[in-house]
Amino acid sequence: MTTEQTVLSVEGLKKYFPIRRGLLRRVVGQVKAVDDVSFTIDRGETLSLVGESGCGKTTTSRCILRAIQPTAGAIQFRTDQNREVDVAGLTRTELRPLRRQMQMIFQDPYSSLNPRMTIADIIGEPLLVNGMGNLAARRNRVAELLDVVQLPRAYMNRFPHAFSGGQRQRIGIARALALNPALIVADEPVSALDVSVQAQIINLMLELQDRLRLSYLFVAHDLSVVKHVSHRVAVMYVGKMVEVASTSTLFRAPRHPYTEALLSAVPVPDPRQRAKRIVLEGEVADPSRVPPGCAFHPRCRYAVERCRVETPTLEQIAPNRWVSCHRVRELTLQGVVS
Amino acid sequence: MAEPILSVRGLETYFRPDEGIVRAVDGASFDLYPGRTLGIVGESGCGKSVTARSILRIVERPGKVERGEVLLRRSDGRVVDLVTIDAQGAGMRDIRGGEIGYVFQEPMSSLSSFHTIGNQVIEAIRLHRAVSAKDARARAIELLQLVGIPRPEQRIDSYSFELSGGLRQRVMIALALAAEPRILIADEPTTALDVTTQAQILELIRKIQAERNLAVILITHDMGVIAEMADAVSVMYLGKVVESGPVDTIFHAPRHPYTQALLRSIPSVLAEPRSRLATIAGGIQHPYARPPGCPFHPRCQSFMPGVCDRNAPPVTKLDAEHEVRCFLYGAPARSAT
Repeated sequence: MTTEQTVLSVEGLKKYFPIRRGLLRRVVGQVKAVDDVSFTIDRGETLSLVGESGCGKTTTSRCILRAIQPTAGAIQFRTDQNREVDVAGLTRTELRPLRRQMQMIFQDPYSSLNPRMTIADIIGEPLLVNGMGNLAARRNRVAELLDVVQLPRAYMNRFPHAFSGGQRQRIGIARALALNPALIVADEPVSALDVSVQAQIINLMLELQDRLRLSYLFVAHDLSVVKHVSHRVAVMYVGKMVEVASTSTLFRAPRHPYTEALLSAVPVPDPRQRAKRIVLEGEVADPSRVPPGCAFHPRCRYAVERCRVETPTLEQIAPNRWVSCHRVRELTLQGVVS
Repeated sequence: MAEPILSVRGLETYFRPDEGIVRAVDGASFDLYPGRTLGIVGESGCGKSVTARSILRIVERPGKVERGEVLLRRSDGRVVDLVTIDAQGAGMRDIRGGEIGYVFQEPMSSLSSFHTIGNQVIEAIRLHRAVSAKDARARAIELLQLVGIPRPEQRIDSYSFELSGGLRQRVMIALALAAEPRILIADEPTTALDVTTQAQILELIRKIQAERNLAVILITHDMGVIAEMADAVSVMYLGKVVESGPVDTIFHAPRHPYTQALLRSIPSVLAEPRSRLATIAGGIQHPYARPPGCPFHPRCQSFMPGVCDRNAPPVTKLDAEHEVRCFLYGAPARSAT
């Protein structure tokens, strides 16, 4: 369901990678990294994609930015002229004007900034590439952006090596904001930072969102961080979404056994709350050999015969709440008690 | 309580590159007991890993243990100071692995990709125990079983690159336990893993600890992991242990401004959605340019000018087990002026 407020609407997104073998590099199989994923993001909203490594959360975000070409599906993006465009079908030249409206914040602030460029060049590069303004105008904009991310303007002529991880991440955020994007894809933006610095960047991202009405697609594995930034959370398992809900509902009352297990595994920073954890047996399924039926069934403590044969679909069980589990109506699961 | 199995006293490990000096560990002291877990927690540059490497005497050049004692109570009751033993000698090699097992963060780079995991475990066993190749192999299969590797009799012939991160970390633990050490040092053992795998590995360490009465030093930046695992905690900041005490005291009655601020700034699954976090102003200084006096003073809310930036605060004993290094609790040294 899309409205005027919807910035991004993803429908049936698939990304399969071929497995090639032999002399003729024949395709012998497929890795279904993303398999039929749908979601929307509103203006000013944060949707988080969570799941274990290999669940397809990063591949999903890269498809949306068209860093990789999706195999199937529609990616409807509302442009600043209020038109809906299917990003999945555009050519490179058609994409160009849209790219400035969707930007990315990277995980590793050490490798994502060119060490030979000054801060002014790094933040100003998107402006230069898109032919915006002359040198003086660009420097003004860079100065403004440094204010926005709370770095002194005097840093403009320094090189990245002079900055700490947190300051580098601020520079990365300033670069992402340079072209006034509507949507920012942030893939693990704080996971490489120290705890005391992580808090500063999370707060900055929340502040900027409120001020600029940004939409975030936030990709993260740390559920504690996710709780602090998201309006809604989508849980992925082996290429599929298994549960989507508002943040408070998902943490308080998960409806998918995988969400329950993920929440239970998070260590709580309080020694008085050492609870009995649900420890998931085994490992994430291999996306090139997805188990039949529900992909989660080999690790699911509630699995029944039906789960082994029939693949569940993501169904809406309440407003704003989707779950993909055969037993959703029978199970009462444990959330996080605050 | 029983005698400590390992006592570290005033450990100082410095790195002297061509110019300047980095005091990576600057006066760390703690005790470790059988069957208990000591958590060492801190952010980057605090010296937690160098502390572990100093105990094992594997500090890389130009680093050197300059002062202090690392007293190990051996199984026959003798106490040896590891700092005085030749780091490359047979004695230390015997202790490393034999008495003290260790697990590092990177299961990827800590295992050889040229040898099967079985051969690596067998090597670790035969290095410390005089057993036949056949017995060592049987023992290796047992160990892989113990650490929860499925089908160990087949997996023993796999290479590390054929295993997932979680399985590799299990192999690392099997290697660390090969010679039945009495101490396990685990340096960020779960940092590279997913939360679900992390829960498995932590559970495994707890299980083995209970079975073998193992003394564990768990080094991490993650307060959640500390809360989950540790009995006692040492909080480090830029080379100094700023506070140490029982885990409940550290989390519920912390005294050092850094511990307090750190606990306030960690995101928690118990928090309100989209709630702002308390922050610690500024960033961590590079250990190269450690501030004079208390290293935390430039970021400290209780900073006392003329005191904290002049002298290093002494250790104040708040009670039998709780110590803090802060002028709020100990009389400031009289100013020279």
